Order: sequence, then structure tokens, then C-alpha cells
Amino acid sequence: MLYVVITFLWASILLYLLLGGADFGAGIIELFTSRKNKAVTRKTLYGAIGPIWEANHMWLIIAIVILFVGFPVIYSTMSIHLHIPLTIMLLGIIARGTAFTFRHYDAVVDDMQHLYNTIFAISSFLTPLFLGIIAGSAVSGHIDPQADTFLSAYIFSWLHWFSVSVGLFTVAICGFLASVYLIGETNNDQDRLRFAHKAQFFNIAAVICGTLVFIAAYIEHIPLIDWVFGNWVGRIAIISATLSLVWMWSLLYQGKLALLRPLAGFQVTMILLTTTYKHFPNIVILKGGGYLSLLEHSGQEKTMEALALALLIGSVFILPALFYLIYSFQKKPLEHAAKH
Amino acid sequence: MDDFIAARSQMALSLGFHIIFSCIGMVMPFFMAVAHYYWLRTDNIVYKNVTKAWSKGVAIFFATGAVSGTVLSFELGLLWPEFMKHAGPIFGMPFSLEGTAFFIEAIALGFFLYGWDRFNKWFHWFTGVIVGVSGLASGILVVAANAWMNSPAGFDFVNGQYINIDPIEAMFNDAWFSQALHMTIAAFVATGFAVAGVHALMILRGQNVLFHTKSFTIAAIFGCVAAILQPLSGDISAKDVALRQPAKLAAMEAHFHTEKSAPLIVGGIPDEKNKKVDYAIKLPGFLSFLAHGDFESEVTGLDKIPDENQPPVAITHYAFQIMVGMGMAMMLVAILYFLALWKKKNWLTSPWLLKLFVAATPLGFIAVEAGWTVTEVGRQPWIIHNVMRTADAVTPMPGIAYSFYLFSAVYVSLAIIVIFMLYRQIKMVGTLYDKPE
Ligand code: HDD
Ligand code: HEM
Ligand code: HEM
Repeated sequence: MLYVVITFLWASILLYLLLGGADFGAGIIELFTSRKNKAVTRKTLYGAIGPIWEANHMWLIIAIVILFVGFPVIYSTMSIHLHIPLTIMLLGIIARGTAFTFRHYDAVVDDMQHLYNTIFAISSFLTPLFLGIIAGSAVSGHIDPQADTFLSAYIFSWLHWFSVSVGLFTVAICGFLASVYLIGETNNDQDRLRFAHKAQFFNIAAVICGTLVFIAAYIEHIPLIDWVFGNWVGRIAIISATLSLVWMWSLLYQGKLALLRPLAGFQVTMILLTTTYKHFPNIVILKGGGYLSLLEHSGQEKTMEALALALLIGSVFILPALFYLIYSFQKKPLEHAAKH
Repeated sequence: MDDFIAARSQMALSLGFHIIFSCIGMVMPFFMAVAHYYWLRTDNIVYKNVTKAWSKGVAIFFATGAVSGTVLSFELGLLWPEFMKHAGPIFGMPFSLEGTAFFIEAIALGFFLYGWDRFNKWFHWFTGVIVGVSGLASGILVVAANAWMNSPAGFDFVNGQYINIDPIEAMFNDAWFSQALHMTIAAFVATGFAVAGVHALMILRGQNVLFHTKSFTIAAIFGCVAAILQPLSGDISAKDVALRQPAKLAAMEAHFHTEKSAPLIVGGIPDEKNKKVDYAIKLPGFLSFLAHGDFESEVTGLDKIPDENQPPVAITHYAFQIMVGMGMAMMLVAILYFLALWKKKNWLTSPWLLKLFVAATPLGFIAVEAGWTVTEVGRQPWIIHNVMRTADAVTPMPGIAYSFYLFSAVYVSLAIIVIFMLYRQIKMVGTLYDKPE
């Protein structure tokens, strides 16, 4: 039952990264789009994610509930030492979620739109940045339960080159996912080309940020190279991700769009796999080599059984409904949604 | 500001904010489903307009409820890590089921809001009902988690260790039913009166009268039925509290001295130092009756509770008085309204009844906030009743005061924007939803 819970945890993090990530990315694209093209981006975005955006963000709730029910020590340690980035991320979530809704449901369209748009775009950038920082900090070995100064306990636990570069990398990934996603939502060549350029931009950004991550890991003595390349799973994942990237670009230039999304999703899945595989089951690595392990720091057996059961029963209801929702709006996209 | 006080204030602020949106999220879907049903049945376009206008409001409230709820699930750890470390695995069952309920709600909302004219109309209607049902389910589940803090169950506490954990037993603790029942009805009272009040105001102003009358009637009937049931369910809660948490009951009633045929104290200013209540009306024997169903029975007073285990008396007492006062007032309005429906049809169109509803607009939500203050402050100094003290649960991180100021600023701005947008929605009814043909 423990492994059922862990699988759900991993899957909800992955799905949040893919679906929530594409959603954040759409806001990031807005931030990097020239003023005259912003409106098109916004409309395409709304048509693509309007009906499912609320559901996309539920994966985070699922992950956090699994963590505090099943792995309370991990949840409370992270809550204490990563209090500040978690708070900033929360502020980002508040700002973004409300701005997204307000701009579509405000009964009067006037200057307030400008405010909503600005808040939306900026928080779309900040939230994944801090999500990445949190993830980076968890494995960076900077969290120090013995720390006795404010700075070492609550600031340097997350503020260092490695986690910041992981944050930037996460932002780039989100932008990439969103651009690829939006390519499939366009209905003319001009828009398609624009999103293809965006995808290219974020792809390059991801490569640069990824390099930064490796450099920072090297400086801060984090054995990232070993995690990624020191085992067969990591090597195969990285190689297949790279090959699929090449394949994706060649498909794009031939104008074949059907496989773009699955391929981008595959690449991100492989990245998450390599970075979590090697140090499974330890999801938090502490200063001085200690760690918090999913296997050793789980709740008592009855709790894990009940949790696994709740998740399994939940997915019987959720997954079919979610697929039907996505399918219905894929088949017949929103056209005049704003008018209703 | 002391970090501990700051943490408590931030928790109270976030929950007090979230509860408003979640009440609306739980109840409005049912109002919409009724209006929607009438539209599908009668083809009267006004009902369609009402449904659509409401659904815009609900989307705004839903998003705000969802983000403030997301914040809460992190805040439990950010502010009370020591509590969550032990409590998470015990009272987590309702939260994990709630995850499913939220998800279904979010999916159903997607179908409902964006599904006009694209699905079978009854399927579309049904998705709206699902939004309401899953919202209610999440409300009940999260209240069951809170009930566990009042009435811990499903584990043995031995030498500081939490062993023999049984999450199912923890979920069905002794308090879950009375609390969940009372909360669910409260959501209907509060939302019903708030919505009815706004529409009553618009009728009085003579704008889109047909539209607002139809909306008013739906909201008022829901709210009034619930307002009449609520004191009954409150009585069940009070008897339950008397049994489980005598200290909380004593604080609610400012009942300082243990006695037989104890008086019910209405109003008054509790004087904690001299252990008496000034300027109060006392109804002899009634507290004994309320707490135990017998005018003669003995009611535990604060004198039987060690000082260090006593909750703040004044706040709990005032909050309780406010809740009950609002409850009685709304029950009265409800009785008048039903009288009007059955016997005095001419009252329905007379301004005084509508004005009464306008005046009652905020009462339900005031009662909700007061009720939660009773529950939460009355449980102090415990975070888990008789097991863990709130002071032992708080985060070691200093500077929580700043986080409290920050969240206060955010929530105040959000509240202002939401009110502003709602004002616009209502102002635009004539142009957007109920156009003159
Ligand atoms: C519209 C809102 C509303 C109204 C009119 C009332 N209540 Fe209430 N009350 C609540 C809304 C509420 C609440 C916000 O929903 C609480 C907080 C926790 C809970 O479960 O319900 C609550 C708690 C609460 C508790 C504490 C329960 C506990 O700690 O376990 C008691 C004893 C009562 N109520 C009793 C009453 C009585 C005797 C009322 C008579 C009129 C009354 N309430 C009206
Ligand atoms: C939404 C309705 C709720 C409101 C308005 C509310 C209000 C409050 C208030 C006023 C306090 C501060 C009490 C004090 O420190 O004196 C508090 C504390 C707290 N509440 Fe609630 N509460 C609500 C529901 C819940 C629920 C459903 C849970 C958990 C499942 C919960 C968990 C807590 C915790 C952990 C604290 C901190 C410890 C404490 O001070 O007791 N609350 N809440
Ligand atoms: C008595 C207190 C509470 C009640 C009655 C309540 C009820 C609800 C309801 C009905 C919703 C659906 C959102 C909507 O329709 O607007 C919701 C959302 C949410 N609540 Fe609460 N809640 C309470 C307290 C809490 C607490 C203590 C937590 C955190 C631990 C929490 C976490 C959430 C989350 C994460 C969401 C967002 C889910 C979504 O997107 O639908 N709630 N709550």
C-alpha cells in the first residue's frame, strides 16, 4: 500500500508539472510577448484551458494532502525550513488564480483588465520559479535541522545558486510546455509560427538554465552528475528525451502537429524521472548527509492503507470525468465563450 | 506582535476569509440548479438569465475559495508543523477524501460553466447539481477534521506517543455529526440571506423587478427553511459540547460557578477577575435544560476547570451571544416570510418585508464567523482537545507577524476587488442578462 501512495504522489507531481506547468507557461508567454500580440495569445490560451484550468491545479492539492497525511515528518520539516519560499509561492497562487478568473468574469471591460493582466503575467512567472526553488532546496542538502541562526535556518535553506537555477529551469520548462501546447490550438499559420518561435525560445532557455543547474550543483558539491548519468535509468531517460526533442523539432518543421504534445510531455516526464530515480526514496536531503525517506518516514500502516484506498477510489471517479471533460472541449473548442 | 499570537491571527484570518467563499461555493449551485430547472421546464427566459447571472458570481467566488483553500492546506504546516506532524496521519482521512470531492467539483464546474448549448441540456443541468453535491461533501469532510480537534478519537496517546492509529474512527469522532449538520445548515442560512438581501434591494430600487423577484424567491425560501432548522441543530450542538467540552460550554455561557438548575445568561459583560457577569438577564434553570435536557441538572462551571486549561471567557461568550442573536433574528424574519407566503400574500409586495431582508443581508455570515470563533476560541488552550496545546504546536520560525501583515493586506485587497466585481455584476444585470427586448 505504501508503494501505491508513493506512485500517486509521484504521478500528481508529474501531472501538476505538465498540466499546471503548461498553464503557468501560458502566463509566462504573455510576459514575453510583444504588446500587439498579447491579445491573440490570451484568446488562444483561454480557449485552450478555460474549462480545465481549475482541475489542473488540483494536482498540487492532491500532492500536498498525500504529503501531510502519509509523510507528516517530511511535510512539517519542509514547512518549517522552506517557510519563506512556500509563502511567496502561495502569494503567487492567490494572485494568479484570482487574476485569471477576474479578467474573464468582470462584467465591465475597462482599465481594470490591465491590472488583472499584469498581475496574471507576473505571478505566472513567480509561482513556478518558487516551486522550482522549493524542489531544488529539498534535494540540495542545504536544509539544516540543527541550524541556530535565522539566516542559516530559514534563508540559506533555500537561497543558493542551485535552487535558484532549478527555479529558472522550471520556468523555462513551463514556457516550453505551454508553447508546444498552444501550437496545437491555433487555426492559422501565422499564429502557429509565432508559438513555434516561442517554443524554440523556451527550449533554448531550458538548455541554458539546465546548464546553470549543473554548474551550480558542481560549485555547491551536489552530486547531480552522478544522479543523472550514474545509472542506466538516468542515461536512457536523458538519451531518449534528447532524441525525442530532435524528432519533435523535425515534425514541427514538416508541419505534422499530432505528436508534438505527447513528445513534449515525454521529455518532461523523463527529466522528472532522472532527477528523482537515483535518490529515491529520499526526497529531502539534509545538511550533513541526513535524509528524509518516503519509506522510513511514512505514517503508520493503517493510515497508509486508508490513504491508498481513498486515492484509488478517488481516481475511479476523477479520471473518467476528467478525460471526458478534456475530450469534449478538444472535440469542439470554445469559440464564443466570452459571450456567454 | 508575539509570534504565537500572530500565527493564531493569521490562521483565524485565513479561515474566516475562506469560510465565506466556501459557504457560497457549497450553496449557490443548488440555487442555480433550481433556477436552471425552471428554465428547462417552463422555457421562461428569466430563469435562464438568473442562472447565468448567478453562475458568473459563482465562478468568481469559486476561484477565490479555491485559492484561499490551497493556501490553508499549506498554512496548516507553515504555522502548526508540530500539530501536523502528529495529527496529519490521524485526521487526514477526511482531507484525502476531500481531495476527490474538490476534484469532482472542479471538473463539474468546467462542464457547467462552459457547457451551455453544447451538451444534452439535462446532462448540463446535472453537472451543476454535482458541483453542489461535491461542494457539500467537501464542507462536511473538512468539518469532520475540525471536529476531531474538538473530540479526538482513533488513536491512543501513551507517553507522548500517538499509537494504534485508526483514521476511520478518527473521522467518525463524536463531534462530527453535530458539527457537520450545523455547519451545512449554516451555509444555507448565510448564503440564502445574503443573496436574498441583495435581490431585495434591487427590487426596492425598481430595477429588473421580475428578474430580481424570481432570484429573491429562490434564495429566500432556501435561507428561511434553513433559518428555522438552525436553532434546532444548534441545540444538538450545545448538548454535545456540554458533554464533550464542559470548559467550552462554561465559557460560551460565562458560567463561572458549578451549580444545579443553572440559569441561562443572556447578554451581559463577563468579569473574568471577579468571576461574575454584570448587567445580564438570567433565566433560571434554562442552562441546565439546554445543556442536559433537565431543568434540575448540574452544569459544570469554570471553577471546576484548572486555570491553565480555561479558554478566554469574554470572546467566547460574546461570540456565542452574537451567533444566537443573529439566529433568532433570522428565524423571526423566516417566520414572517412563510406567513406571507401562506396567509398574507399582500405582504410579499410590500416594502417593509423587503427592507427587513435587506437589513438581514449580513446576519448569516456574521453568525458563521461568530460560530467559528466560539468553536475555535472555546477550544483553547488546546489545539487537540486535552492532548496537545496550541502553544506547543506553533512553528519555531520567528517573524510570523510580518507574514500575518502580508496576508492581511492580501486578503483585504482581495475582498475589496471581489466586492467591486460583484457590484459591477449586479449593476450590469440590465445590460448583460435581463435585456429589455
Ligand atoms: C448561520 C449561522 C449560524 C446560526 C444562525 C447559528 N449557528 Fe451555531 N454555529 C455556526 C453557525 C450558526 C457555525 C459557524 O457553523 C458553527 C461553528 C462550528 C460549527 O460546527 O458550526 C457553530 C457552532 C455552534 C456551537 C459550537 C459547536 C462546537 O464547538 O462543537 C454551538 C453550541 C452552537 N453553534 C449553537 C447554536 C445555537 C444554540 C444557535 C441558535 C440560534 C445557533 N448556534 C445559531
Ligand atoms: C472556516 C471556519 C473556521 C474559522 C472561521 C476558524 C477560526 C479560527 C480561529 C478564530 C482560530 C484562532 C483561535 C485562537 O487562537 O484563539 C483558529 C485556530 C485554528 N483553527 Fe480554526 N476555524 C475554522 C475552521 C477550522 C478547520 C476546518 C480546521 C481544521 C481542519 C481548523 C484548524 C485550526 C487550527 C489548526 C488552528 C490553530 C490553533 C488554534 O489557535 O486553535 N479550523 N481557527
Ligand atoms: C469549516 C471550514 C471549511 C469549509 C466548510 C470548507 C469548504 C470548502 C468548499 C465547499 C470548497 C469548494 C470551493 C468553493 O466552492 O468555493 C473549499 C475549497 C477548498 N478548501 Fe475549504 N473548507 C473549510 C476549511 C478548509 C481548510 C481548513 C482547508 C485546508 C486544510 C481547506 C482547503 C480547501 C482547498 C484546498 C480548497 C480548494 C479546492 C478547489 O479548488 O475546489 N478548507 N472548501
